Amino acid sequence: MENSYEKELNLEATELRLGLPGSDESQKRSIVRSNKRSSQEVSEEECVSKGSDVTTDDHDQDNNVVPPAKAQVVGWPPVRSYRKNSMQQKKEEEGEGSGMYVKVSMAGAPYLRKIDLKVYKSYPELLKALGNMFKCTFGEYSEREGYNGSEYAPTYEDKDGDWMLVGDVPWHMFVSSCKRLRIMKGSEAKGLGCF
Amino acid sequence: MRENHPSTNSEDDHRSSLLDLARAEITESSNSKSRTCGGFPGPGSGSGPSEPQAPFPDQVLENVLENVLHFLSSRRDRNAASLVCRSWYRAEALTRSELFIGNCYALSPTRVTARFTRVNSVTVKGKPRFADFDLMPPNWGAHFAPWASALAQAYPWLEKLHLKRMIVTDADLALVADSFSGFRELILVCCDGFGTPGLAAVAGKCRLLRVLELVESVVEAEDDEEVDWISCFPESQTNMESLVFDCVECPINFQALESLVARSPRLKKLRLNGFVSMAQLYRLLHRAPQLTHLGTGSFSATEAGAVVDQEPDYAAAFEACKSLVCLSGFREIWADYLPAIYPVCANLTSLNLSYAHVNADQLKSVIRHCHKLQIFWVLDSIRDEGLQAVAATCKDLRELRVFPVDAREGTDGPVSEVGFEAISQGCRKLESILFFCQRMTNAAVVAMSKNCPDLVVFRLCIIGRYRPDPVTQEPMDEGFGAIVMNCKKLTRLAVSGLLTDRAFEYIGRYGKLVRTLSVAFAGDTDTGLKYVLEGCPNLQKLEIRDSPFGDGALRSGLHHYYNMRFLWMSTCKLTRQACQEVAQALPNMVLEVINVNSEENAGDVEILYMYRSLDGPRDDAPRIVTILH
Repeated sequence: MENSYEKELNLEATELRLGLPGSDESQKRSIVRSNKRSSQEVSEEECVSKGSDVTTDDHDQDNNVVPPAKAQVVGWPPVRSYRKNSMQQKKEEEGEGSGMYVKVSMAGAPYLRKIDLKVYKSYPELLKALGNMFKCTFGEYSEREGYNGSEYAPTYEDKDGDWMLVGDVPWHMFVSSCKRLRIMKGSEAKGLGCF
Repeated sequence: MRENHPSTNSEDDHRSSLLDLARAEITESSNSKSRTCGGFPGPGSGSGPSEPQAPFPDQVLENVLENVLHFLSSRRDRNAASLVCRSWYRAEALTRSELFIGNCYALSPTRVTARFTRVNSVTVKGKPRFADFDLMPPNWGAHFAPWASALAQAYPWLEKLHLKRMIVTDADLALVADSFSGFRELILVCCDGFGTPGLAAVAGKCRLLRVLELVESVVEAEDDEEVDWISCFPESQTNMESLVFDCVECPINFQALESLVARSPRLKKLRLNGFVSMAQLYRLLHRAPQLTHLGTGSFSATEAGAVVDQEPDYAAAFEACKSLVCLSGFREIWADYLPAIYPVCANLTSLNLSYAHVNADQLKSVIRHCHKLQIFWVLDSIRDEGLQAVAATCKDLRELRVFPVDAREGTDGPVSEVGFEAISQGCRKLESILFFCQRMTNAAVVAMSKNCPDLVVFRLCIIGRYRPDPVTQEPMDEGFGAIVMNCKKLTRLAVSGLLTDRAFEYIGRYGKLVRTLSVAFAGDTDTGLKYVLEGCPNLQKLEIRDSPFGDGALRSGLHHYYNMRFLWMSTCKLTRQACQEVAQALPNMVLEVINVNSEENAGDVEILYMYRSLDGPRDDAPRIVTILH
C-alpha cells in the first residue's frame, strides 16, 4: 500500500525545508506510530513531538495524572546501563557509519535528500522509494545491460570511492558499502559496471 | 577469638541469623562456657590444637558427622546444621566447600577465612541492584581487592570464583591467576574495573581453566592498552567448556579464537561479542558442532567490501549443531540471515533476541518453529502481534522478558495489555516475567494472575510514571493485588503504574513468600510501607525509589531489618534524624546515607542503603557516603 509505505519512509522526517521543527504535528504522529519506529530512526523533531502525549487513537488519554517531566528521570525506566548503552551505540553507529543514512542526489535537481538504508530489505524496495522521492522511474535491471532503456539509473559510491550501479552486488553488501547515492541520467550511467 | 557467628547465612535463612546475632551478643558479653553435644564440658572456643583429645566415642561421632555433612549442599541446610551445637558448627565449617556471600560488606574477609578452612568455590556479591541504573555514585565501593588477597592466602586450592556487581581490577585478576594453580571457573556478572590485560592473565596462567564467563560486565580498554587475550590460552588442548565474552567491547583476534575453539574439544558454551561476523561464526560452527549454548556475535556481515560470489550455507552450519539448545547474540542482526537458525529452532529451550531489532513478521518466521522454548528474551519491536505468535507456539514457556527499544515515557508503545494477555492465555506454565510497556490494564494483570498460577517472579514496568489503567482510569492496585493473591509461589515482585497504599496492603496481606520487592513512584503515605514491613516475613531485599514513605514507615520495620539482605530507599521522605535513631536501635545495622545533590549534613536523606554487618561499618567508603552509627 502506497500510503503506509510512504509513512515508513519517513519522508517528512528527512525532508530538507525551511520551517520550525514540530510544525507538522499530525503527520509526524502517524509516522511515530508506524511499524518502523525504532530508536535509530527518530529524528530530532520527532523527539520533541513525542514529549507531548496526545494520541490519535480511540483510547482515553491519561489526563488525570501527574504529567511526567520532559527531562529524563535518572535511572528510569530500570533498564541496565549496559543494555541502554548497546542501544545507544547502535544509534550512534548508524548515524556515522557507511551504509545507513546516505545522501541521495539527482542529476539536474538542486536538492539533496537523505535516506536510511536500514529501512529497506531489498533493491526493489529501495528503487521504489527512490522513484517516489525523485519522481522518476528506472527500467528493468539486468546484470549485463544495467538499467537499459530508462531515463535514469541509480548509482552509488562505495567505500573505495568507486561509482557502481545499484544492483550489481548482493543487497547486504551494498548496504554495508554504500556511502552515497546518485541518480544519474541513463546515458551517464552506461559506463559503470561491476569492476 | 571467634564464636559461632553467622558469617555466611544466605538471604533465605533469616531466622537462624537472628538467633545467631542474639547468641553473639550473649557470648560476647559474658564468659559462659560454650555448649557441646553429649554434655561434655568443651573448651572455651574454637577448635585448635590446644583442644584436649575428646574421648573415643565422641571422636567417632565427629568423624561420622563430617562424612554425613559432606553430603549437605544447600547452604540453607548447612546454616541450620551449624546451629545445632558447637560440634556440628565445627564439623559444618570444616566440610563447607562452597561459600556464598550475598553482601560483601556484611562481614570481613578474615572472618570468613577463619571459620571456613576448606573452601574451593566462592561467590561474592557487591553493589545493590539499583546501582545498575546509575542511582549510586560510581566510586561507591564493592572492591574485590581485599577479598582477593584474603582468598589467595587462605584457599590456594580455590577452583571457582563467581562475582556480581563488584569492582574487579586487572591487578585483582592477575592475583587470582597467580594464586590458584587449580583454578577452573571464573564468572563475572555486572562487574567493572578490568580490561583485556586481566583477561590475558587468567587465560595465560590458569592452565586448568574450564569456564570463563563475562556477563554484562563493562570491559573496555584504551586503544593502547588492549591485549590480545584470546592468544594467551595454552597452546595445547584446553579444558575449556564455557567461554562467554559477548560483553567485551574490543575486537578479538579471530584466528586465535578459531584455533582456540578447534583445540577445545569439551567446549559446550560459546558466546561471541559483536566483533565476530556471520562469516566468522560460520567457521566457528564448523569447528564446534558440539555446542549446546551459542551467542552468535554480530550476526551480520561486517567485513569491508569483499566480493563473495556465493554466501556460505549458514543454515547448514547451524543444522550440523545437533545439540544446540540455547541461542543468543544477534548484536547487529541482519534479518536476511534469520532463516539460518530455522533448523535449530525446534530444539531450542532458550532464545535471547533482546539485542536484535526484529519486527513481528521476522519474529513469526522464527518463533513458529520453537515449540520447546522455555526462556525467551526479546525487544518490544515485535509488538503485540509478535507476542501473540509467541503465545500460540510456546506452550512450554517459563520465562519471558520483553525489553523496550525506546525507553522514553509515552502513551502508546508497541506492546500493551493485548500482547500481555495473549501470553497469559497461551503460556500457562509461566514462572517468571519481566515486561516493559507504556500501557497496561488491571484486567490483563488479573487475567495473568489466574492463568499463570505458577508465577514466581512478576516484574511489570509501566514506563510512564503514575499511569493509571487507561481503560478504567483506576490505579493499578487491583491488578497487583490479584498477582499476590493468586500466585501463591511468588517470591519476587516489581510494581509500577499509579499505585495507592491499597496495593501495599494487598502485598502485606497476601505476599507471604515475597523475598524481593521493587517499588518506584508509588504509594500515598507511610501506611503503605508499613503494610509491607509488617506483613511480609520473608522479605529480604527491599528497594524503593521516589515514593512518599518517611520516618514512621522506617521505624515500623525495626523488628525485621536484621533478617534482610538490605533496604534501599532513595528520594523518599526520610530524615537523617530518624536514620540516626535506627542506627542506634540496631547496633549491627550499617546505615549509609548518600546525598549526591545536597550538602553533607542536610536533614533530608537522598539515598539510604541499609544492611546488617558483623564487622561494623566499612572503611573504604567515599566522602559522599555518610555512615551512621
